[in-house]
Order: sequence, then structure tokens, then C-alpha cells
Amino acid sequence: MSKVYIALQDNDESRYIVEAIEEDNPDVTVIHMPAMIRIENEGRLSIRRETVEEKMGRDWDVQELHINLITLGGNVEEDDDELSLHWNE
Amino acid sequence: MAAKKLNIKDKYRLLTRDLDWEYSYSDRKEAFPYEDFEGIKITDWSKWEDPFRLTMDTYWKYQAEKEKKLYAIFDAFAQNNAHMNVSDPRYVNALKIFLTGVSPLEYQAYQGFAHTGRQFGGVGARVACQMQAIDELRHVQTQIHAMSHFNKFFDGFQEYSHMHDRVWYLSVPKSFFNDARAAGPFEFMIAIGFSFEYVLTNLLFVPFMSGAAHNGDMATVTFGFSAQSDEARHMTLGLEVIKFLLEQHEDNVPIVQKWIDKWFWRGSRLLTIVSMMMDYMLPNKVMSWKEAWEVYFEEAGGALFKDLARYGIKMPKYADVIEKEKEHISHQAWWTFYTHGHAAGFHTWIPTDEELDWLSEKYPETFDKYYRPRWELAKEMEAKGERFYTKALPQLCTTCQIPMLFTEMDDPTQTAYRDSVYNGERYHFCSDGCKDIFDDEPEKFVQSWLPVHQIFQGNCGGPDVGDVLSDFYHMNLGADNMDMKGSPDDLRWKQWKGVA
Amino acid sequence: MSIEIKTATLEPVRNTFAHIERRFGDKPATRYQEATYDVQSEKYFHYRPLWQPEMELNDPRRTALVMEDWYAFKDPRQFYYGAYVQQRAKMQEVAESNYSFFEKRDLKRLLGDDLQKNVIRYLIPLRHFEHTANLNNMYGSSQGYGTAITQALLYDGMDRLGIAQYLSRIGLILDGNSGDALGEAKAYWMNDEIWQGMRALCEETTVTKDWFELLVAQDLVLDGLVYDLVFNQYDTWLADNGGQDISMLTEFMQLWNKDNTRWVDAVMKVAVAESAENKALLEGWVTNWKAKAVAALTPLAEEMLDAEAMDKAVAALDKRLTKAGLFK
Repeated sequence: MSKVYIALQDNDESRYIVEAIEEDNPDVTVIHMPAMIRIENEGRLSIRRETVEEKMGRDWDVQELHINLITLGGNVEEDDDELSLHWNE
Repeated sequence: MAAKKLNIKDKYRLLTRDLDWEYSYSDRKEAFPYEDFEGIKITDWSKWEDPFRLTMDTYWKYQAEKEKKLYAIFDAFAQNNAHMNVSDPRYVNALKIFLTGVSPLEYQAYQGFAHTGRQFGGVGARVACQMQAIDELRHVQTQIHAMSHFNKFFDGFQEYSHMHDRVWYLSVPKSFFNDARAAGPFEFMIAIGFSFEYVLTNLLFVPFMSGAAHNGDMATVTFGFSAQSDEARHMTLGLEVIKFLLEQHEDNVPIVQKWIDKWFWRGSRLLTIVSMMMDYMLPNKVMSWKEAWEVYFEEAGGALFKDLARYGIKMPKYADVIEKEKEHISHQAWWTFYTHGHAAGFHTWIPTDEELDWLSEKYPETFDKYYRPRWELAKEMEAKGERFYTKALPQLCTTCQIPMLFTEMDDPTQTAYRDSVYNGERYHFCSDGCKDIFDDEPEKFVQSWLPVHQIFQGNCGGPDVGDVLSDFYHMNLGADNMDMKGSPDDLRWKQWKGVA
Repeated sequence: MSIEIKTATLEPVRNTFAHIERRFGDKPATRYQEATYDVQSEKYFHYRPLWQPEMELNDPRRTALVMEDWYAFKDPRQFYYGAYVQQRAKMQEVAESNYSFFEKRDLKRLLGDDLQKNVIRYLIPLRHFEHTANLNNMYGSSQGYGTAITQALLYDGMDRLGIAQYLSRIGLILDGNSGDALGEAKAYWMNDEIWQGMRALCEETTVTKDWFELLVAQDLVLDGLVYDLVFNQYDTWLADNGGQDISMLTEFMQLWNKDNTRWVDAVMKVAVAESAENKALLEGWVTNWKAKAVAALTPLAEEMLDAEAMDKAVAALDKRLTKAGLFK
């Protein structure tokens, strides 16, 4: 299985997003690098609106992710409730 | 009656996808004339999956938010003279390469995506390309604005636009994008949208920008990561394009494979300069070129090609050579620039002892064996007051336009040379990869505007190389070029820091 | 104790980039200047485009118009990307609140069935016109020469996509998100007699090769006439006939048109002033496209408004042409 990954700018908003990702994807690896946070997982990873909203305590649109996004790897699926990454193998 | 709630996909389809129509009065082929000549078969544009579904109003909103943040940082950077906070003035030379070599490529990317954003027959694909076009314009402009402050305090930035069109090593990135833009719209998408954006730009924008942060350059890391936040959209477009082409018709598979082979090779050649920026020009290290290559090319690219295997797509040709090159190219490139430092628009230097040790540690298989001895020799010469500059102008590869600096990967003491004869003329290449590309499209590559040939033909002024550098390139000799030690940049820095 | 502030040692070495200094002198430059002037590559291209081998990749010969300096087309709005998106973001914020207000208060119910049908027949089909404007401005942006004008064309192109999407949203508000109104409007665009002249003309613009001629056709002539007819005259008609709330939904287009007209008029003025040849060329293009546009729009104008509407729109355009220095 290949790894999918996402990298976010290291800022306050991203910290909540990372928390949400860790909660929804318990097996992820979170790597802190200068000014960025890289999160990787085997095969699949999702960022769920509901969980992020819970962490932030406000409404959050999945497309807001793009403001803090640095890069990603994997096929992207995006709808109103989540953005997920996966590899087809 | 309450309106039914639309999900993002349906909403986007209704707002955007149905805007186009079947022509009744003019010939639609004439309106979209460039779709057929490359041999790609599109049977149904409506099968296009939108890679992202940003409507313009949302685009303006989020992009304005990003820009507001970014320019607030640029303003603060300038007001606080934050160029003083960089780790070491040598670092700034990487930015000179960035502005002269990379930013103009962002401009060409804008032009290329504007072209496909007009020429594709499917509205979904067009709109995705258009958004990338305007993003790319954003990137070149934010880069100019970020560098604007450095330009006020350091040499080598001021003629970036003039230099990009002329200088010998800058023809490498320029010709790369010229090649893609001169190609048909589908090859452009595989070249830039897929090969370059999906795999290769990560190597520049992620580890290098993280390096900028690590070297105290807040302006650069901010534009770098802010640009990358658009890049994630571009990557999904690149992946969608390739899947779409492969799914449209089986005849597209070999054409796409050929383009992948070409553009991964050309891309890995182009990134030679980034390898050198990573290994030699960042005083505070984040990761070596080799490590970055393993994470972003081998691991991420490997996963990608496994994913594409179901369409019959294979790893790019010469992937095995590319794998070996990660051990060598940064060293071979920096040595070439060091020895041609009088003809470069930025400063070069001998790595410090600490840096040499770091390179030995990061490249245990190759550095001590092949490259460290050169630097030890250079150090001895410099100590004797004989800083080494070569007199010769380098021979350039007709395809990638890089000087013949690469060695055979199985024998790193042997410089690699290849050649082909076309219409009675002999053309030279740095590698099998570059020779293959030429042999496949010789009528295109014989047109290459090779800077060294042009100098010999007297098209760049003269008679001396010095005249070419100052009059034709607009290099400020003695300020922009030569060794870092004793340069005006170096002296000013010491003065600012009170250590002169 | 004395404090020495060593400001002198931190004086800049230069004020701006060399090409900016050559144009504007040795002084600090604006962000618009640095982001715009001489950014596009001009010389020593490596390969001719396979898709147009008679031209260089960047080539001023893609239009018959001749300019000594293509950077003469300064944008009076001084839009570089950052300035552009921030300006549009402000406009979209107002638009967003107008659209949500309209939807939340269900103002649609105040429009009678007839008025809704009227809007679906006359306003919503314009999304296809806007889509054409998107294509034509992208064409100019990709074929044109010099960042000053090509970036402005790009912004115009993206604006038109945005306006097409706003018009589509009006349709979705009217049909309760079923898409039926959009389908009906498209059927008018495809089959209704009053729209066929416009549709044929839109198709014709997309096969027009000279990008500056296309700029004249689309951004000056067609936009000039259509925006006056629809977002000025038809808007007044709606207000007089119980449809004033629709104005909330088209305010963006009105504001946008004012902003864009400023740029288009400045472009024309510069192009006309350049040479007698340019002036003659532009007058030829304007005459040709104006005649076609009037013929195409007259049936629509008569049904949507009245017999005088077309003349009023033409008079408004003529005034702008004169101001730009054309036909005098």
C-alpha cells in the first residue's frame, strides 16, 4: 500500500485541522518540519468537516482547507462533508 | 416551496458545465482548432471530472484572504528590514536564481494555461486551466514583490527579466517551458500540469521553502507556501488530465507514455539547479537533495505510478538512471557554477568545513570518494590567492541546454557525451534521455537558441566574454558575479552587522 | 550617554528593478509597476509553436494593430493579481449578502409568474453570452502581447466566468435549484428567434483570429451595447414593473461594468492615439462589428424593451467612441 499525504502551513488553524485528522484517522503519522506540518497515512486519509468544526467551534467549509494547504499526494475526492485522499491499487 | 439543497458537485455542474453549446452558425472546429493534431482522441468531453469545484466568487474570496495575509507579511518584512534576519548572506544567492530562473517560468505557465484554457473544447477542462492560469500569474507577481525588497539591498536581482531571456544557464529553464508551450495543448498538460506540477514542483516548493523558513527568510517561505496552496489545486488538475486522457481512448496510452518519458527526463534535468540550491545554498540545512528526492519523487511518484499502472502506464523511461543521479547531480552542478563563477549572475563559494562534513554524512557513497577532494584542492588554491575560474565556455546539451557536466552514472569520473547527426549536422547531448528526446523531434530541437553557440556566432556582442556578460547580459561585473568572499554583498552585510 | 542610530548604513543600494528604473526613473516603484512592466519574455525564443509555426511563442504580430510599446496600455485601475482579487472579493461580499437576503426573504414570491418568465427569457440566457466573453478574453490573454494588456484581459475573462455563474444562480433561485430555469433559458438561447442573431454573432467571435479585433468586438462593441440594454435599460424596466428586487442580484454586473468600461476606454484611447493607421484599423473594426451587433440585438431589444432601446444603446456607445478619439 502506498502512502497518501497532505502538508499544511504551520499555523493556528492548521493545528485544529491536524487534531481533527488525527481523530478521524488514528493511524496517521504527523511530521513537524520548519513552517509546515506533513501528515501521511497508508492508502487513505480524510479530513471531515464535522470534526474540524467541532475542534474549531465554528462553521468550516471544506474548501477553506485550501487556504492553509501546501501540498498533497493521492487521488482527491471533495464534497460538502469531507476531502479525502486515496490511491487505487 | 423550499428550494432543494444542492450538493457542491451538482451546483458546480449547473453553474458552469452547461454554459457551452453545440454550434449552429460557425464551425466549432475552427473555434477549437488545436485538439486533433497531436493524435489524442477525445470522444466525450462531458466525462471530464472537475478536479476542484471552486466558483469564481469563492475563488475571489479565498484568494483575497491569502493575498491580504501575504502582503501584510511583505510590508512587515520591508518595514523591519528583515533581510537582516537571514541566516547568512550566501543564502540570498538562491533567491537570485529563483527570481531569474523560476519566476519567469511562472509567467510562462500563466501563458500556457491561458492557451489551453481557451483552446480545450470541454468547458470543465477549460475553466480548470483558466484558474491555473490566473494562479500562475499570481505566483510570478508575488515572487517579484517578495524579491523587490531583496533587490534593494543585494546585487543580482535587478536585471532578472533581461537576463532570463539571454543568460547561458537561464536558457535551461526558459527552453523547458518554451518546449512545453510550443507543443500541442495535450502535451502541455502532461508536461506541465502532470509531470511538472504533480511531481516535480513539490521538490522546489516544499523542502526548499521549508529551508527558506529555516534560514530566517519569512517573505520567501510565505510566498512559497501561499503559492503551494494553489498548487494543491493544480496537482489535482494534473492528475485528472492524465486519467481523462487514458480513459478516453486506448490509443492515447502510448502517446501519453511517450510524453511522460520525455517530461520526467526533462524535468529531472531542470531540477539539477534546485538540487544545488538545496545542498549548497541553504546555510541552515533541512534535508539533503537526495532525501528530498526520495520523499517527493521516489515515494510520492512511485505511489502515483502504481496508481496509474491500471491504465498500462509504466514508470518513466530512465527512472533507473534518475535514481542513481540523486547521489551526484548537486555536486556536479555546484562545481560547474563555482568554476564558472565569473560568468554567473550570483555568487559562488567553497562550502565551509562544517558543510563539507554534512555533505560527507548525507552522501556517504559518493561525496568523499568523488567530490570532496575537489573542494579540498579548491581550498588550497584559494588559500594561495589563486581562486580557480575556468577560461573555457562550456559545451551545452542541445536538448536540456545544461553544460556537459554530468558523468556516466556507472563511472562518475567519466563525463557523459552522446550525439546524433541530423541533416548532416552533428548535435551533442548530455545523456541518453536527452538524445532520445532530440531524435524523436529533431526538427523542433535544432531550433534551440543555445547561448554558447550564439556567443561564438557573434550574436551576443563581444569580442570578449566580459563584453557579453556586461553589455549583452547586463551583468554588473565585479558586483553580480564572482566569489561571495569580498563581493559588495558580503562587504555590505558585514557593515550592517558591524563586523567589517 | 549617547545613542548612535546607524540608519545610514541601511540605505538601499537601488530603488527598484533595472527595467522599471529605465521606464520610470530611479525611485521606488509601485507594486503595479513591478508586477507588470517587462515581465513577459520578449526575445530569443527556442522553438516555434507547433500549432502556429509562422509565429514566435510571444509575438506582437498576432494582431494587425501596431504599437511602439505594448506597455503603453496601462490599466487605470492598476490591477495586478493581489489588487484585482481583493477588489473583486469586496464586490462578491456585497453580492453574497444580496443573494442571501433575496433567498432568505424569499423575494422571488414578490415577482409574479410573468415577470419570472420574462427574466428567464431575457436575462438568464445571457450566461451564454458571458461564457463567450470568457473565451474571447482568454483568447486575448493568451495571444496578446505585453503583460499590461494581457493581465487585464485575463481578469476580464475570469470576471465573465463569475458573471455567468451569478446569472446561473439567479436561474437557480427562480427554479428552486432544479435547474429547469437554466434549461429553459438555454432552450431560448438555442432556438428562440430573438436570440439567434446574438448566438450566431457569439459563435462568429470565437472564430475571429485577430485578438485586438476581438477585444474591440467583445469588450467594446458587444459589451457596450449588451450592458446598456440589459443592465441599464432592462433594469429600469424591471424596476418600473415590480421587479426592482432583481437589481439586488445584478448589482455586481453593474458595478463591474463601470469598472471594466474605465479600462476598455483607456485601452481604446491609447490605441487610437498611437497612429493614424491604428485609428483607421480600429474604426474599420468598430464599424463592422457595430453593424453586426446592432442587427443581432435589435430583435431582442424590441421585444425585451421597445423600438427605441437599440438606438439609446447605440448612442451611449457612440459617445464613448468619440471620447476615445474615434470617428473624428
